[in-house]
Amino acid sequence: MTTDRDDTDQPLRLRIPEPARGQHAPDRVRYISAAGEMQKPALDEKVERVALMRKQLVRVLDDEGRAVGDWAPDISVDEKRRGLRNMMLVRSYDARLLRAHRQGKTSFYMQSLGEEAIACGQQQALLPGDMHFPTYRQQGLLISADYPLVTMMNQVLSNEHDPLHGRQLPVMYSSKAHGFFTISGNLATQYIQAVGWAMASALRGGTEIAAAWIGEGATAESDFHAALVFASTYQAPVILNIVNNHWAISTPEDFARGASATFADRGYGFSIPAIRVDGNDYLAVYAASQWAAERARKNLGPTLIEWITLRVGAHSTSDDPSVYRPPEETEQFPLGDPIQRLRQHLEFLDEWDEERHVALQAEVDTQVNEAFAEADSHGSVKTGDVGSARTMFDDVFAELPRHLREQRDRVEELS
Amino acid sequence: MTAMTMIEAIRDAHMVAMESDDRVVVFGEDVGYFGGVFRCTQGLQERFGDHRCFDSPISEAGIVGAAVGMAAYGLRPCVEIQFADYVYPAYDQIVSEAARVRHRSAGDFSAPIVVRMPTGGGIFGGQTHSQSPEALFTHVSGLKTVVVSNPHDAKGLLIAAIEDDDPVVFLEPKRVYNGPFDGHHDRPIVPWSKHPLGDVPDGHYSIEIGKARVHREGSDLTVLAYGTLVHVAQAAAEEQGIDAEVIDLRTLVPLDVDAIVESVEKTGRCLVVHEATLTSGFGAELCAVVQERCLFHLEAPIRRVCGWDTPYPHAHEWSYFPGPDRVGRAMRELLST
Repeated sequence: MTTDRDDTDQPLRLRIPEPARGQHAPDRVRYISAAGEMQKPALDEKVERVALMRKQLVRVLDDEGRAVGDWAPDISVDEKRRGLRNMMLVRSYDARLLRAHRQGKTSFYMQSLGEEAIACGQQQALLPGDMHFPTYRQQGLLISADYPLVTMMNQVLSNEHDPLHGRQLPVMYSSKAHGFFTISGNLATQYIQAVGWAMASALRGGTEIAAAWIGEGATAESDFHAALVFASTYQAPVILNIVNNHWAISTPEDFARGASATFADRGYGFSIPAIRVDGNDYLAVYAASQWAAERARKNLGPTLIEWITLRVGAHSTSDDPSVYRPPEETEQFPLGDPIQRLRQHLEFLDEWDEERHVALQAEVDTQVNEAFAEADSHGSVKTGDVGSARTMFDDVFAELPRHLREQRDRVEELS
Repeated sequence: MTAMTMIEAIRDAHMVAMESDDRVVVFGEDVGYFGGVFRCTQGLQERFGDHRCFDSPISEAGIVGAAVGMAAYGLRPCVEIQFADYVYPAYDQIVSEAARVRHRSAGDFSAPIVVRMPTGGGIFGGQTHSQSPEALFTHVSGLKTVVVSNPHDAKGLLIAAIEDDDPVVFLEPKRVYNGPFDGHHDRPIVPWSKHPLGDVPDGHYSIEIGKARVHREGSDLTVLAYGTLVHVAQAAAEEQGIDAEVIDLRTLVPLDVDAIVESVEKTGRCLVVHEATLTSGFGAELCAVVQERCLFHLEAPIRRVCGWDTPYPHAHEWSYFPGPDRVGRAMRELLST
């Protein structure tokens, strides 16, 4: 302490990030590389060199639908068509359940419109036995793993056939058999759990890897940072996914990113290789996921991936984005639509056409509608077809202790 | 039987559990190479290797969150939070995750983890090394909460906790790690080697979670206690010449209601004691249980002696601590009502 305060000192100022409304949508995606421009690093590339790519974007599909550059994955046309089908199925599924919400058949729904490529593409790059720790917008993981649509719908409707017995908010699925950890409504908790799961696999000499999922907004939570410390310290075999869809309900990405240039920048301080990837480019998603998975499987440690995409719809059925988002945002979004882009690629290869696309659309819509008809026949939380209230006492513990037994008896006396 | 301190008994419980089940992994701050700041995990890394017992970054949320993930994989993590006062960053992982995973996934996943932590004061730890946060866990559905008071029980209950299929919060009153502290801080420490509960069975044994223990039989009144206060209550009774029955609850959830009812119906008077702050403490739950189930056997209102509703003070520790004088005074008042 040397001197007194000087009256001429400038007053301090706080920067409050601006709301996104009024900004031009294309400006909101930073640092877009051309397709094929960003080189693919070696699996064991030094983290310092990967960090030099922090303002680049892995892109494979160009504007004409060609797959270009060294990230272009070596997958068959059938696999690409399967990816297209999975994304269309997810979109059709979402549309049907949004309609179900409007019809008053469910209390709540969250769609993944515009983000379908990320979950579908990563699922295709991983193996059975690997474990995802998802957020509420990765329904594409389950659908791409052939989880029965009708079971998912029963969960959303909270009816008697809901495998979770109506305990969870709609879309909070769980399926160990499909590599899908039970979704928490509390943000970011799953991120460090994924790292723990991956650590366990490595402690036991297993071969399975984990994939952690988080939205860009929730990276501000402390669990995200704990996860990065643990992943870095123990070199856990985990893929650390950040889905940057530019919106955390109403706040733009700036609030969580702070003054950093990108979310991928978060990796370098932890010495975790981090790349940015066009999340609306199915082939880039597959290739980057595959790269990260291979790093994990070869004991090269964690990889952080920032997926650039756009939340096209509302945060949830409880949200009204017209209040806070620019109306032209989707139209002006520079990375396009994931389904259209993969379709264009298949058409460029002469492996797809309008006729087949219309037929596939009809097929997935029929599949969804038939599944929904079946789920709907079991009723919903809105029709009161919810099973016995006594089941709420099950699974609190492995065995029902006395106090819960007494409370369950009381519920039955009252009913 | 071997004479052990509570630290040695906890260490031995780890050894037995890790020996019998290779899915048991132990980690936390300073627990690996060093063996824990209270030495409860000393020797585990040396014996079982660094894939079974290892140090963690200073991140309680990370420790418990990673444990939940490991449990989902199929391991049985037993983690240490260095002081119960440090558990709050992990609270979300304990409350919203470990406690809820089985229920929200309808048994698809579970979280059989143990979160051990030294609790309570009496060691001049100030407000950040003295708290007793048990009520923050007993209020959460899906958690079992154990508070131990002696080496014999600590070993049996820790083995049971590690073998339990549900998450267990395991609280170890640090003031009784080395001896049965009776609240007289100005007297020499009595070592566990001179106390019958310092005799610990060798090898594997477990004590059922949810069972209380009659620490001292008596007929004048019942004291419901756990942790350090078990010994304080015993000292108070003996100093006052009051034939108190002291129940060591051992497990708060699930609670051994039968043991409570049996004792209170016998004595007709009930004193509830704990070191944690009074308001909304676990003692309030105990009072409610006694009132609901034993009202017509009560000859006097239930009384509570607890920590004051202040942060745990450093310089005024012994004014805060519910020692034998305060407990003894409450016993006399209870008998004169």
